[in-house]
Amino acid sequence: MKAIVNVSLKAGVLDSQGKAVHHALDSLHFSGVNDVRVGKQIILKLDTVDKEKAMKDVTQMCEDLLANTVIEDYEIELV
Amino acid sequence: MKVTILQFPGTNCEYDTQHAFEALGATTEILWHKAESLPSDTDLIVVAGGFSYGDYLRSGAIARFSPVMKAVSAYANNGGKVLGICNGFQVLTEAGLLPGALKRNESLHFISKHHTLKVENNDNIFLEKLNNGDIVNIPIAHHDGNYFIDEDGLKDLESNNQVLLRYTDENGEIKNPNGSVSSIAGICNKEKNVFGLMPHPERAMESILGSDDGVKMLQGFLQA
Repeated sequence: MKAIVNVSLKAGVLDSQGKAVHHALDSLHFSGVNDVRVGKQIILKLDTVDKEKAMKDVTQMCEDLLANTVIEDYEIELV
Repeated sequence: MKVTILQFPGTNCEYDTQHAFEALGATTEILWHKAESLPSDTDLIVVAGGFSYGDYLRSGAIARFSPVMKAVSAYANNGGKVLGICNGFQVLTEAGLLPGALKRNESLHFISKHHTLKVENNDNIFLEKLNNGDIVNIPIAHHDGNYFIDEDGLKDLESNNQVLLRYTDENGEIKNPNGSVSSIAGICNKEKNVFGLMPHPERAMESILGSDDGVKMLQGFLQA
């Protein structure tokens, strides 16, 4: 089983990289973009096939290491 | 006075820090991060600057799980004094020993230059040799120095006098190089035994090299 973890800055925490990318898109005349947030994706290959266990384990990994919950949110997708 | 300076893979300010404290008369030891205990005569732990673990994932995120950090947490929770400079500050926030977090600079640029700072609270061992309102000239050199804390956290810092230093101009007016909340350059914990700052006092020890304002800061620890 694979776990795809998306980590991004929380709403309300200024995302300078997102702002810079938004600015660059404007410069390239791509219109209609309201907001840009830049995050990171961490892909984990897991031994388990138990979704519940995987979700529990990966949540703990996010809380301990993969995200800094002071400034970041995370989303976990199991595939 | 014995200063133990932590060294992770990627630390690069440990020898400057050692030189600075020895110039002030302290004895020092550089401790590799695999150590599981601290020298028993340690009076101060310094988490030195650099790029521990290449800043992978987030600055300080991996270093905080090094074996030595368990001993550092126990030491700090027992009232021992800990100072984190630059990457050391990032490690201490990641470890939960200091509140808040350090984000990428708002400009997205690495900033390396001298900057003036205002002393906000000197009722702690780190800044007791300085007066509130003093302006010091200390180098900064960081990519991830943009201090973040939420509104409630900021209120706590303010009401407990935990804001140590702010980025200002030479007249003490706010001048924020990196986007830090409330222009904060350094803080301490509530108990005032764990200190963190992005600027490098250990690089401001000789006026011929631009500033010796770091001397008074580091000297505070030698009084203990």
